Amino acid sequence: MARIAGVDIPNKKRGEIALTYIYGVGRSTAQKILTKAGVDWNLKAEEWTDDQQNDIRNVLSENYKVEGELRSETQMNIKRLMDIGTYRGIRHRLGLPLRGQNTKNNARTRKGRKKTVANKKMAVK
Amino acid sequence: MSRSLKKGPFIDIKLEKKVLMNVEASKKTVIKTWSRASMISPDFVGQTIAVHNGNKFIPVYITENMVGHKLGEFAPTRLFRGHAGKKNKGNK
Repeated sequence: MARIAGVDIPNKKRGEIALTYIYGVGRSTAQKILTKAGVDWNLKAEEWTDDQQNDIRNVLSENYKVEGELRSETQMNIKRLMDIGTYRGIRHRLGLPLRGQNTKNNARTRKGRKKTVANKKMAVK
Repeated sequence: MSRSLKKGPFIDIKLEKKVLMNVEASKKTVIKTWSRASMISPDFVGQTIAVHNGNKFIPVYITENMVGHKLGEFAPTRLFRGHAGKKNKGNK
């Protein structure tokens, strides 16, 4: 099993797919990496030679921000928005959608599971 | 969609003039504005700008981090106090 970018251990899949198991690498990035490293997209991860693995590692570390570094960058961006008090930052704090979506219904991805309010109908009457 | 780079950032002309006058005289007077769509340019740093939120002016002290954002982002137009009948009734 190959071990690339720290913790990730892509498996018996084609190289193009296996690389997408790394946070920050999708199909398109994976293809670019393999092309640059000169490895066939269709080679399975277990079929990579050590040299090829090293080439892939080099391309990845030189050109891309992945895993922890990328996660912390995202977090920093969010934190910046919250610290300077922008509308988007405030929405992050409240756990509501940031981009002007309706919140009367839905928006469950941001708001989480439904919290049922007891006796809501009674209160309206 | 983001704004065309060709046009450059939008800053209300009168507001920009006032800010530049303030910077030249190295004054820190509060500048009132309704122009929420204006971008914050690096000249604004250190100034306090009172941005209208539809009701009143919200003073915003501009720091370096805020450059590139628009003034309106810092003056919320809606006030949400919580839902009726929630247990925190007393606090307004």
